[in-house]
Amino acid sequence: MLGRTLREVSAALKQGQVTPTELCKKCLSIIKKTKYLNAYITVSEEVALKQAEESEKRHKQGQPLGDLDGIPVAVKDNFSTSGIETTCASNMLKGYIPPYNATVVQKLLDQGALLMGKTNLDEFAMGSGSTDGVFGPVKNPWSYSKQYRERQRHDEHGDSHWLITGGSSGGSAAAVAAYTCFAALGSDTGGSTRNPAAHCGLVGFKPSYGLVSRHGLIPLVNSMDVPGIFTRCVDDTAVVLGVLAGHDPKDSTTVQDPIKLPMILGEMDVSRLCIGIPKEYLVPELSSEIRSLWSQAADLFESEGAKVIEVSLPHTCYSIVCYHVLCTSEVASNMARFDGLQYGHRSGIDVSTEAMYAATRQEGFSDVVRGRILSGNFFLLKENYENYFVKAQKVRRLIVRDFMNAFDSGVDVLLTPTTLSEAVPYLEFIKEDNRTRSAQDDIFTQAVNMAGLPAVSVPVALSNQGLPIGLQFIGRAFCDQQLLTVAKWFEKQVQFPTIQLQDLMDDGSLVLENGKLTSVSLT
Amino acid sequence: MAASMLRLVRSGRRWALAWIDGGSRERSGTQTGPTSNWARGQSSVAQLSLHTAQKPRKGEHKWAAVVGLEIHVQISSNSKLFSGAQVCFAAPPNSLVSFFDASLPGTLPVLNRRCVEAAVMTGLALNCHINKKSLFDRKHYFYSDLPAGYQITQQRLPIAANGHLTYSVYMGKKRSQMTTKTVRIKQIQLEQDSGKSLHDDLRSQTLIDLNRAGVGLLEVVLEPDLCCGEEAAIAVRELQMILQALGTSQANMAEGQLRVDANVSVHHPGEPLGVRTEVKNLNSLRFLAKAIDYEIQRQITELENGGEILNETRSFDYKLGCTVSMRDKEGKQDYRFMPEPNLPPLVLYDATSLPADADSQQVVNIDQLRDMLPELPSATRERLVQQYGILPEHSFTLLNEVGLLEFFQSVIKETRAEPKRVINWVLNTLLYYLKQQNLAVSESPVTPAALAELLDLLDSKAISSSAAKQVFEELWKGEGKTAAQIVTEQQLELMQDREALEQLCQAAIDGHPQVVMDVKNRNPKAINKLIGLVRRTSLSRADPTLIKEILERKLSL
Repeated sequence: MLGRTLREVSAALKQGQVTPTELCKKCLSIIKKTKYLNAYITVSEEVALKQAEESEKRHKQGQPLGDLDGIPVAVKDNFSTSGIETTCASNMLKGYIPPYNATVVQKLLDQGALLMGKTNLDEFAMGSGSTDGVFGPVKNPWSYSKQYRERQRHDEHGDSHWLITGGSSGGSAAAVAAYTCFAALGSDTGGSTRNPAAHCGLVGFKPSYGLVSRHGLIPLVNSMDVPGIFTRCVDDTAVVLGVLAGHDPKDSTTVQDPIKLPMILGEMDVSRLCIGIPKEYLVPELSSEIRSLWSQAADLFESEGAKVIEVSLPHTCYSIVCYHVLCTSEVASNMARFDGLQYGHRSGIDVSTEAMYAATRQEGFSDVVRGRILSGNFFLLKENYENYFVKAQKVRRLIVRDFMNAFDSGVDVLLTPTTLSEAVPYLEFIKEDNRTRSAQDDIFTQAVNMAGLPAVSVPVALSNQGLPIGLQFIGRAFCDQQLLTVAKWFEKQVQFPTIQLQDLMDDGSLVLENGKLTSVSLT
Repeated sequence: MAASMLRLVRSGRRWALAWIDGGSRERSGTQTGPTSNWARGQSSVAQLSLHTAQKPRKGEHKWAAVVGLEIHVQISSNSKLFSGAQVCFAAPPNSLVSFFDASLPGTLPVLNRRCVEAAVMTGLALNCHINKKSLFDRKHYFYSDLPAGYQITQQRLPIAANGHLTYSVYMGKKRSQMTTKTVRIKQIQLEQDSGKSLHDDLRSQTLIDLNRAGVGLLEVVLEPDLCCGEEAAIAVRELQMILQALGTSQANMAEGQLRVDANVSVHHPGEPLGVRTEVKNLNSLRFLAKAIDYEIQRQITELENGGEILNETRSFDYKLGCTVSMRDKEGKQDYRFMPEPNLPPLVLYDATSLPADADSQQVVNIDQLRDMLPELPSATRERLVQQYGILPEHSFTLLNEVGLLEFFQSVIKETRAEPKRVINWVLNTLLYYLKQQNLAVSESPVTPAALAELLDLLDSKAISSSAAKQVFEELWKGEGKTAAQIVTEQQLELMQDREALEQLCQAAIDGHPQVVMDVKNRNPKAINKLIGLVRRTSLSRADPTLIKEILERKLSL
């Protein structure tokens, strides 16, 4: 049952083939078994069981709230959840229990979804590995997959070579990849949903800026943040997006016009499609395997009659520097509220208010966070503002224009890699600092955030090492549905294999008894 | 608690009476001490005093002061600028705080339409250009009553700019000439108010009240076109009345709904401007005038003694009546301004730009708001002068005193007396009594109806004007008697019996031959003495004009 799509499970729930409580308990048991992945910061077992009980009543009465009624989901721990601790993986917010739900969380709950827990991340979502949070790094479930292990040399079999999930929403990615839930919310500021999705073999979707409410999402960069969606297939993403999208009076940056998003994606005529391949994305650091998959994907579209053209996004090379300036500036501003006065951590040092502020922020924030605050405040100083912030804003505008020009030239969707390489072992990853890693790993993803466009990472194939590789599709602003339709078509062509998790094999119930997904081999 | 709050509110109103003082009775117990006599005289129009202290010595240039104001006006609105929390003065601490106001992580600002409309109306009333697109910015600084660590304001592109405010002052040696002056308005910006900090030095702790945090403010920035404290106070008073007429702010200084920071510098005319200081948080018009004048004098003295003026922030010590350096430990603040990313640009429309399919609930239409502007104080004053033939300065007084115009108009409605007579009684008698006892117009023991009745008696010559004053004094005691009753009881009606009056006059002439002699010798005062004698014997019931007439005839003058 767990290997099914969200839509299939939803149908099974409605038909009474499985009950919400059974599903909930199953997921809770997997969460416990996969605790070593460190995917969850908080497991909201009691809440989930209670929600399951209520869902069960509704199903019995034949009155489910919607397609998500009874479906286990997980939420990144930077979304406010009423009554459930929300930490952002920071000492600063340890023990902070929000009194309200983020709009996206509320929408999931209103549909009857079961909240399994809050997932791990880099502190305040600052990172690309899910390695820099106070609760420790998240381990990629693929580290323990049959596909990966079989291809490893025997002497490397110990646990020391486990892989990172990517980040910063690595906890959500691991949670979905390890079958602890059917969908999870991440956030995506520079690639934080798409990057771990690519590393964990999932569909990771970043909606258009303004399509999904940010209210309740603890911000990294307000002008780039969007809630992201992790699922195991594109159709499931469409279902979740259908629930989340829409104007929120509590977020003035959400669009007013109602955008109709059918929850079921239609078939598409690929021959009428124009796919753009941005030449600047072909960088020397790109792994040859990914480069080859990228070009095979282009060929696939072409062979099915799509027009595939090379396009230029000439300001791409300035993007990461520009992103750094804008990101740290907003971070410096957004982090100003964490002063220990009203919530979260407060230092015991109380000789003066200023001393308390300083000690609180020293104790509450990691070096990574403090580093970004420091840079951001530097960029915002009166004497630097024009040279850094304003200049970066101008570059941002040029980057937006690059994308607009590409789309104006007739391109429907851009096809790019999501990451430079497949997931690397943790010990390898931490050889470089957070800043270097973020700059490397966000290379293909952050420009999309600066332009506010929708983008989705779709798993394509396994690398020689047996690790997932994702490719990214970028669409026109608010053409999220078209983008997902393309992604769905592509997903169907590539037939990405299902993860084979050794550690879960002993649980017979994971066998997919009668599903269509015959390739699933969780036996 | 409730009782003391009630008193605060009431006394705040009471203080609005002193013409130029928005009222700071709230603090009178703790801060100001008795302050009732500031408003000298009866005139409600300030007597503009140019700096007498700056009389040039020989060979020296005259000093000129340059004063600019930044005025923070709390918008009269049910909810805050960016949240749904209620706005209410003197509510229990931290009872009006939304998650956004407490800056809980993840909360976002949502702009309050009412505040935008108030800003546009105020901008229009102050002759500003209304920007159809304006932007919001974050201004960063750490302070315990600023929970987000930044204030959302409009630094780059404010909602309104380039306006002017016209006010009138008395000028000239006799100060009898009224002159209209203008101060330019640089800009009006929408911004958030901060919370309040209460420092308890004894226990070395600070208590925070966030009720005020996030309340909508209009920051009105005046160009440095003012020259002294009183002029500044008059300009602010005019602004206060405009805001009250518009209903965009209650503008009660005692409740902090209107707060003024003053930028002050001095220089020799023709030379570059001097270094300026900023005097912060002036919470009554009286203090505003005093603080500015003190600061001007201090700077002149400092410079004349060879000292220099520091670009610093100062506060006004109401007890000592002087400004003191606030010695900002931080030194110069860098506010690290940044665009507010959670608010799209604020777009306003007019009749020409309004999209046809616009939802009227979603857009603010400048032209529609312009049509809805009420009569502004300057227009009201003009109308009063025209309608009643009163002097312009009288129209100022009528508007300056809360409730006085309404009182005046009620009396006019009910009496046959001429408006000129009514205005004299209202300004010279009623207002005098009110000020003597420090009462608001609404607290007057004499109602408009009672005064109207009294003026009718006077108008019909039933009583003399001096008797009328006596009646007024009786009415003021508030014993519930009507004017007519008092007149009867105290036999104050004028002697209508001409015969009897002729006899009284004859008796006076006969009894005082020396005075009669003086009269005949053209001593001008002598006739008055005779009139006085007759009035006394008539128990003040005789009409002095009539007495004079009879006497003059009898003495064949």
